Amino acid sequence: MKMMNFTEVGRRLGQLGIVLGATLATRMAMAVNDLPGGPAVNELDLQTPATKIATEQQWLHNFMLVICMVIFLAVFGVMFYSIIKHRKSKGAVPANFHESVKVEIAWTVAPFIIVIFMALPATKVVVAMKDTTNSDLTIKATGYQWKWGYDYIKGEGEGIGFLSALDTAQREMSDAGKPEGDNYLLKVDHPLVVPVGKKVRLITTANDVIHSWAMPAFGVKQDAIPGFVRDTWFRAERTGDFYGQCSELCGKEHAYMPIHVKVVSAADYSAWVDVEKKKLAALADDPSKVWKLEELMARGEKVYGATCVACHKGDGKGGGPIKPLDGSAVVLDADKLKQVAVVLNGQNNGAMPSWKQLSDTEIAAVITYTKNSWSNKTGQAVQPAEVVAARK
Amino acid sequence: MSAVLDHHGHGVHGHEHDDHHGAPKGWRRWVYATNHKDIGTLYLLFAFTMLMIGGVLALCIRAELFQPGLQFFNPELFNQFTTMHGLIMVFGAIMPAFVGFANWMIPLQIGASDMAFARMNNFSFWLLIPAALMLVLSFFMPGGAPAAGWTLYAPLTLQMGPSMDAGIFAMHLMGASSIMGSINIIVTILNMRAPGMTLMKMPMFAWTWLITAYLLIAVMPVLAGAITMTLTDRHFGTSFFSPAGGGDPVMYQHIFWFFGHPEVYIMILPAFGIISQIVPAFARKKLFGYASMVYATASIAILSFIVWAHHMFATGMPVTGQLFFMYATMLIAVPTGVKIFNWVATMWRGSMTFETPMLWAVGFIFVFTIGGFTGLILAMAPVDIQLQDTYYVVAHFHYVLVAGSLFGLFAGFYFWGPKWTGVMYSETRGRIHFWGSLIAFNVTFFPMHFLGLAGMPRRYADYPMQFADFNMLASVGAFVFGFMQLYFFVFVALPMMRGQGATAPQRPWTDADGKGAEGLEWEVPSPAPFHTFETPPKLNADATRIVA
Repeated sequence: MKMMNFTEVGRRLGQLGIVLGATLATRMAMAVNDLPGGPAVNELDLQTPATKIATEQQWLHNFMLVICMVIFLAVFGVMFYSIIKHRKSKGAVPANFHESVKVEIAWTVAPFIIVIFMALPATKVVVAMKDTTNSDLTIKATGYQWKWGYDYIKGEGEGIGFLSALDTAQREMSDAGKPEGDNYLLKVDHPLVVPVGKKVRLITTANDVIHSWAMPAFGVKQDAIPGFVRDTWFRAERTGDFYGQCSELCGKEHAYMPIHVKVVSAADYSAWVDVEKKKLAALADDPSKVWKLEELMARGEKVYGATCVACHKGDGKGGGPIKPLDGSAVVLDADKLKQVAVVLNGQNNGAMPSWKQLSDTEIAAVITYTKNSWSNKTGQAVQPAEVVAARK
Repeated sequence: MSAVLDHHGHGVHGHEHDDHHGAPKGWRRWVYATNHKDIGTLYLLFAFTMLMIGGVLALCIRAELFQPGLQFFNPELFNQFTTMHGLIMVFGAIMPAFVGFANWMIPLQIGASDMAFARMNNFSFWLLIPAALMLVLSFFMPGGAPAAGWTLYAPLTLQMGPSMDAGIFAMHLMGASSIMGSINIIVTILNMRAPGMTLMKMPMFAWTWLITAYLLIAVMPVLAGAITMTLTDRHFGTSFFSPAGGGDPVMYQHIFWFFGHPEVYIMILPAFGIISQIVPAFARKKLFGYASMVYATASIAILSFIVWAHHMFATGMPVTGQLFFMYATMLIAVPTGVKIFNWVATMWRGSMTFETPMLWAVGFIFVFTIGGFTGLILAMAPVDIQLQDTYYVVAHFHYVLVAGSLFGLFAGFYFWGPKWTGVMYSETRGRIHFWGSLIAFNVTFFPMHFLGLAGMPRRYADYPMQFADFNMLASVGAFVFGFMQLYFFVFVALPMMRGQGATAPQRPWTDADGKGAEGLEWEVPSPAPFHTFETPPKLNADATRIVA
């Protein structure tokens, strides 16, 4: 190998770096903008705070950065000075000293004091973050594989509850490798709505494995642990849309269960509560109602599109480890209870999750849909009452 | 041919060769190995193989993350890659590599003929082979490899297929191997030092391994407990971690991290020891504050037991818990800082040259310190809430594990490699390896700090498009970094093992006036003969030289 000295190697690397940089720069014209309330393009810092706590966290981080930077420059200033000056090639002769109790004490005590100095402002913020008392509104967030459930437990809007899942079109974009949109992987079908300026106590729990509810703009992150309830809180200082993502590995769709919080004015919030309560009343399906096949198919198609299509696909063919429904023995079985059991209880240790949280009508409709779609033509209809009976 | 792979090396042997007529040749030499040098070589070759396998997994991850959208793998497989990359690198690459260094160097450095328990040493190594096979081949089991992250949190682990059980078995084997290896190291160091080598005259590498061995014995059984409870939850009807049966998923985290935090110090303390030997050698000046360095290492080890829940700040622990773990974690910065200051003070007013081992050592100090600072930032609980489970954490631990542990291992290889093989590496190629790795490493991992601050979570197969540019940069850096390690193997390590290169002197790092590397390993020829110090040597007052 040709002997290259240091300067030549350095020059070559520099040339390579420029070529690489130029290539990357031209690629970097990707069509995406900052998402207000969410990630910004090539952001170097924490997301813009929307709560006092997030502001404090950002302050703390900058405080730490400055101190660390100062120490870094001091220590490496000394080190690089030494590297340049105390070289054998410059004729340096090694000194003989190799210990000093005074110096050791000094550079043990000084960092100790600096650490205490850092811990003081941090303590204040820890205590503030933990104080969930006197909240105006209490909301429970339940982590599911793979979506969030929100229930308004106390305060204005009590009784409202819904699921919030990633927009299915965006999930399909991911599979297709064709991402698009400033809110890519952050759009949900049913955002969490809260009033501005009110203290919201957020209770987290989970249905299956550990998830984590995170909202960087609020400075909130709290694990959602099955069998446990934990709480945290936030008070949004301005209206707008804010985005977060699940922050604890929870299985294969971990990247696909975002959080979208809409902060609205008090008046808008009251209006929203009204609308939601009316919707809930209307949606309360009577499980004893007997449905016609076409009605079940229409309803089932909606449920399928909101819930099943991400894994089983629009053509019912699944893919990879996901079983196809089109032509499936369980779906085609004359005994309807077989498929009802799979949908209610899940299968393969949660690889097919349980969907018992859907309503009886929704389950009856979606099973009917699968039994009569694609190449499946069983002519079977499942009534909500049959699902009610199967749950017992 | 190099003496590492072949008994007939260069240098002075005299009668030492004849001692082992009847000693096995061919495959028996390796399968029945009881010689600490051979076992050290086995560990190092094993570790490097696992480094390459773990590296391929990393490149699969970075290939997928090169652009947003799924291009190559489905998310299930992606999670398998992230999990196995972690398990293979931690348990298959870094830990065995340091054990390989321990085997090669500890007997040489303390003037002992071999490790205390030579046959148990053999067993410790060979346990790793079925363990590694199980880990790597788990990809081909039904359901694929475990996909719960290297931390294997419950209850997600309860959903994994049979590869989870294979992985648990593999980790038990590796844990047993580590425990036996640690017993060996402690007994060897405490009992077999040459007369005159008191503990406070021992080389720093031996000290750091002595402390690391105690850490290993203390915490590997705890990991064994956590994974066994996972196993019984999965198959034998227990509910340790399963809430449906009254169990507690958070308890898993406590048990795991009680192991996990000392584990990361287990992976860095031997590297500190290597750096503490290289810097004085190339500064031609004794290590500054030897006693302080010993106490600082011991403090770090003890403190490492009381900080584990800083990995759990987001689980919802009460205020007192958060404050205690925050304070304790910040405290570890103090002895770590002391070590860094002592290294710089060793360099100060020395007479330095920058051959490859010193390049790696200085690189280590520089980049590991960056990792230390991000660790301090993560220790602040309010800030950790923002950064937990984001790429900031990924950046932090790769800075301390790659730029820390791995760079330390490379430094040690270039430093002691000539003693092992009898051959000098090419200084130019060493420099290419160093600068290529250092630059590529930073290009890969520095942007991850920004990704984490901006909110990109970890263990994500796909991400919002605002994160695209830094991900692309990281992926490019990763491929260059991987290529540099291949370069190292083909152009540096392999030639040395084959004996191709300039003959290494007995003291490659000592000047004519005696300044430079000190220690008993430099009292034997290069390559080191198969048997060394068969009778305990007589030492000078410093315990650095043999006197006639």
